[in-house]
Amino acid sequence: MATKLPEVDILLVGFGWTSAIMAQELAETGLSILALERSAWRDTPADMAPTFDQDELRYYWRQHLFQNVSHDTLTIRNNTSQTALPMRRLGSFLLGTGVGGAGVHWNGQIWRFLPSDFLAKSHNAQRYGPQSVTQYDMTVQDWGVTYEELEPHYDTFDKLCGTAGKAGNLRGQIQPGGNPFEGPRQNEFPAPPLPMTYAPTLFAKAASEVGYHPFPHPAGNMSQPYQNPLGAQLGQCTYCGFCEKFACGNYSKATPQTTLFPSLFTKPNFTLKTGAEVLKINLDSNGKRAVSVTYVDGEGREWEQPAGAILLGAYILHNVRLLLLSGIGKPYNPQTGEGVVGKNYAYQITSSVHVFYDDKILNPFIGAGALGMVVDDFNGDNFDHSGKGFIGGGYIALLTTNGRPVEWYAGSHIVPKDTPNWGPKWKAAVAKNYLKSATLATHGAVMSHRGNYLDLDPTYRDIYGRPMLRMTFDYTDNEHKMSDFLTDRATDIAKAMRPREFRANPRKGSWSVVPYQTTHNTGGAIMGATPQDSVVNTYMQSWDVPNLFVMGAGAFPQNPGYNPTATVAALTYRAAAAIKSQYLKAPGALVQA
Amino acid sequence: MADAKDDAQKDGAQRRTHTLLDRRKLLAGGALLGSAGAAMAGGAAEVRGTTIRNGQIWRPGEADYPEDATGAKGYRFFTGAEAAFVEPASERMIPSDDLGPGAIEAGVPVFIDRQLAGPFGRGDHFYLGGPWPQGLETQGYQTRYTPADLYRAAIPAIERWVGGQFSGRGFKSLGGADQDKVLTALEGGDAKLKGVSAKAFWGLFIENVIEGFFADPIYGGNRDMVGWKLIGFPGARYDYREWVGRHSERYPLPPVGLKGRPAWDRA
Amino acid sequence: MTRSRLALALVCAAFAGGLLFAGATLSQSATEAPPQDAAGRADGGLSVEQLLARTTPPNTPNRDQVERGRQLVIAGDCAACHTKAGGAPFAGSRPIRTPFGVIYSPNITSDHMKHWSADQFYRALHRGLDDDGHHLYPAFPYTYFVHVTRADSDAMLAYLRTTPAVAAKRPANALPFPLNIRGVLVVWNALFFHPKPLQTPAGKSAAWARGQYLVEGPGHCGACHTPKNMLGADETSKAYQGGVLDNWEAPNLTADARTGLGAWSVDDIVEYLKTGRNARAQAGGPMAEVVSASTSMLPDPDLRAIAVYLKDRPAAAPNAGGDPDRAAMARGEAIWQDTCSACHLQSGEGQARFFPPMRGNQGVQQGDPTNVVRVILEGVRTAPTPTRPTPLSMPSYAWKLTDREIADVATYVRNAWGNKAAPVGADKVASLRRKLDLIRPPLSSWSKVDQR
Repeated sequence: MATKLPEVDILLVGFGWTSAIMAQELAETGLSILALERSAWRDTPADMAPTFDQDELRYYWRQHLFQNVSHDTLTIRNNTSQTALPMRRLGSFLLGTGVGGAGVHWNGQIWRFLPSDFLAKSHNAQRYGPQSVTQYDMTVQDWGVTYEELEPHYDTFDKLCGTAGKAGNLRGQIQPGGNPFEGPRQNEFPAPPLPMTYAPTLFAKAASEVGYHPFPHPAGNMSQPYQNPLGAQLGQCTYCGFCEKFACGNYSKATPQTTLFPSLFTKPNFTLKTGAEVLKINLDSNGKRAVSVTYVDGEGREWEQPAGAILLGAYILHNVRLLLLSGIGKPYNPQTGEGVVGKNYAYQITSSVHVFYDDKILNPFIGAGALGMVVDDFNGDNFDHSGKGFIGGGYIALLTTNGRPVEWYAGSHIVPKDTPNWGPKWKAAVAKNYLKSATLATHGAVMSHRGNYLDLDPTYRDIYGRPMLRMTFDYTDNEHKMSDFLTDRATDIAKAMRPREFRANPRKGSWSVVPYQTTHNTGGAIMGATPQDSVVNTYMQSWDVPNLFVMGAGAFPQNPGYNPTATVAALTYRAAAAIKSQYLKAPGALVQA
Repeated sequence: MADAKDDAQKDGAQRRTHTLLDRRKLLAGGALLGSAGAAMAGGAAEVRGTTIRNGQIWRPGEADYPEDATGAKGYRFFTGAEAAFVEPASERMIPSDDLGPGAIEAGVPVFIDRQLAGPFGRGDHFYLGGPWPQGLETQGYQTRYTPADLYRAAIPAIERWVGGQFSGRGFKSLGGADQDKVLTALEGGDAKLKGVSAKAFWGLFIENVIEGFFADPIYGGNRDMVGWKLIGFPGARYDYREWVGRHSERYPLPPVGLKGRPAWDRA
Repeated sequence: MTRSRLALALVCAAFAGGLLFAGATLSQSATEAPPQDAAGRADGGLSVEQLLARTTPPNTPNRDQVERGRQLVIAGDCAACHTKAGGAPFAGSRPIRTPFGVIYSPNITSDHMKHWSADQFYRALHRGLDDDGHHLYPAFPYTYFVHVTRADSDAMLAYLRTTPAVAAKRPANALPFPLNIRGVLVVWNALFFHPKPLQTPAGKSAAWARGQYLVEGPGHCGACHTPKNMLGADETSKAYQGGVLDNWEAPNLTADARTGLGAWSVDDIVEYLKTGRNARAQAGGPMAEVVSASTSMLPDPDLRAIAVYLKDRPAAAPNAGGDPDRAAMARGEAIWQDTCSACHLQSGEGQARFFPPMRGNQGVQQGDPTNVVRVILEGVRTAPTPTRPTPLSMPSYAWKLTDREIADVATYVRNAWGNKAAPVGADKVASLRRKLDLIRPPLSSWSKVDQR
């Protein structure tokens, strides 16, 4: 039996990027704000120290910072004809947990979506015909919000993070050295681009020769010391090559800890409780108002925490599951296409091309999560898709994120073609090529499809007896055609880099949970203009329960070809502004259904 | 500064934080965990609820440091019979040759032994609840075994299979070429083992061998940083600012582990 | 005082040889440290108007007086001693550790102070007597507060009487007989408490005089930074040459360039006290508390005044000691390169306001190496302040480096790049590790590799 606690004004569920941003933005209202985080407190000096950070076994292979799937996982299948089975071991994506969430162990790749990405349905239908967005059973939608509306919020996030980069489009003027395809920025990046390691410069030169437009990848790794508008200090990156999957011990990666906590934790009206896992959102008798959450603390006791407004800031898979477990919104049915909760789950499709030199020492261990050069010529609708049989696109990058040997040789297999997996020839290939290898990566969009969705599993339950989330997902021909196209373009660049040899690794077949790909899971709590086709309005407010807001990439109606974090943050800032300026003055629906 | 309760304050000399959230012994018990249930009994400490306001927590001396596995001698998990497979098998996979030491000299079997004797071996990050139907390849690890259980089950099954193929001989007594044939049969799934999937074992084994060769020496493998020296990885260094722009130059400093390098102690 | 009481008191004083009353320090342990970030919210974040509204007659003070009192209470960092970990501001009960026992600070919220008259409060500051006329232990630094003016004393009381009332009772002091008899203090006062009014020499500026008042009076800087005699009283002939307290060394503040403030500009000192960091150093340990809760809240002119006065202390330096062992320096350099240089740079120049320079760093060249050894062992955290809220931290190396490795790298830091200070032995590290109750790592893996 849960013990009821005194009500708070604002309750945040989960404590990663979105909740930390929300707490910081709403603290000025003076309202009482409580965040509940299921796992532990962690901060730079004791938990991320450079005295033990550079340890790929413990952090990646033993998953020290990630969700422990032995407590709670999800079930997975490629389509409804299969039986979903538990993801028994993390692989394809690395779910976060603990204070700071996956924001602690991300790479710091800070992208804005293209203006046309927000109009994926109408824009593509207009340019390529209405079937272009419905073929392959696609369920593509417009977002209900435009790039122009989000731009100031993207800008806020860039300033928070000290993003390093070079603008390609400043107030409509194309700038040399930046991404000429990006939407207009009102301001230049807060910090200059990171200095380049060798391999990205070879990539950029080759890409230019082939006729593309390389530019430095926008980075949440500090190119110089930075003090953000909240006073927080971030130190210059040392290029240690332990960003993604690791925490930064050097205050050099933009994370909730480095950018927000120094200010947020001085707010007397903000409280964080760790070891508090929310099991359910409780509604009032007519189901129109969220009155409280039920959570379990670290000692197994149940508590009921009432709140005036509840903001879900856990990872998308948890947010969607909480909605389903709490009976909020109508669950999506892939047979009928009715219902919205769980609809349009999407992901990312990636591929790679490895290059191997004889005469160039690339020192791959020198790196940072977003250190590299990119071409965006084949992202979104930056190129003519006529006759190609797909919509969407992705970027092609050579990022020197790391030279971690276990990951290279037990994970990514960065060895030349025809190298055996073990034995003297493998050993010789590894010894010969390590310092002289690099990888071009493609990072592609995944459109939404009728058969890709999230719901509750009928068989498997977590330690609390709650049904696990069930993920039904596969790539369709749209993704494969698009990804093959991107891989071919990456191969063109790889050849122009004139290595001794190269090896392309296109993404073939069905999505597999085994190899790591990206932690860019999207959809399931999608946003939109009407309650018929979305779970939340463009202020992330539940259509069904107006004092409930659902943050995160669950709101993406489909997943563009970029990393999601900056857009997640921008949507959060936009929602926070609306909550402050409108909702708190007159609690209720911000958009009339 | 945290106000309110935090039992971690009282834990004496070994001040550690960030123990993983583990409520299994408090809730639901072993009912769902099959073979992992028993292993949980002495499991990790729980993260108890901490209320944090008015400042970020900091306590002197606190560090979420790694366990040093280099201390004791001998095997803690492997039986003699198991070592008689793991040692020669890993050495065939990463042989000692002109390029440098191989798996045994690097301590790979010791590394795997320490891993299997610890939380990894107990499957502390594996979901092992049932039911356990046959999975598809795209669904990844689908056995009820912990890693330790998988080794324990697979090695005798491999030896039985080897005995059947090589007139009763054990893996260790085979010549190198025959040992390679066995490993190839495991890798390809051609070796049909009783009660355990050859491919599931192989997937874990080759991963552990590579880990043992390249992971930080603090875990018992990569002894004397031989894996890193083979390829030119400088290890746990973390400042390459002066080297970002020095293209195609060879980085000059020797590798260093989390617990240092010989120059720390010799002079 | 009767002859017999005096005799008893002298016996007690002798018994207590080395008892650092005035140098008694605040425990840094996790359970007892006061709120690290309670800076500025000791008053619960309320405005002066809100505070005034809480005040009860008869002595309703005016707004200016309360505000001045608030600033003086901040300047005196009263909250530091009078607030326990997780406790209400000024509600007391923080354990103050002395070598012979624990004294618990009293409640000074309005709940308690409403019973005090302005005369009683002034008497406490000036004579070390409580409201009942009992002697206060000089852990309460009345040897400094004696310089507080009557108007300032009244203002401090006026402010304290506006603080949210908390009815907190402190635990009994844990002092052995006969130290638990406050009469002992009559003797101590007779021996050491001879206050003279502050004099401003001719030609000194108004800022200097203001700085003198803040430093020698409410700020009580010498309570930590002046060495103590056997009975815990200031060695006034060695003022500001550095003091030892509870396994910290309060560094030399004289004009010596190697170990004191000689190389610091007035601006350097102001920036340090205001933001917790400057291009030369960062405030850690007990000074981090002082900066967060006190100096970072003071008005800039007062910080400048403090800096002007401190810059005018005559130089005095500790012995730099003999030459370090070359092998130790070589090992120390290797450790420095692998584990320290990413932040502090191989050149020791550091990164201003992020990671302090070690080259020319005064703190690491103190006569006593306690601080440099201690921060390597347990890490250190830069004071968060309103202008620079990030508590940039150095991690603990207790788990990673052996006593000898820490001694070697400390010796290196104290003698590289032109630094000069006595070498550090492994025994010093071992002893501090024991006192701080920190983990002891096994021999490094390298030693073990060698043994195989």
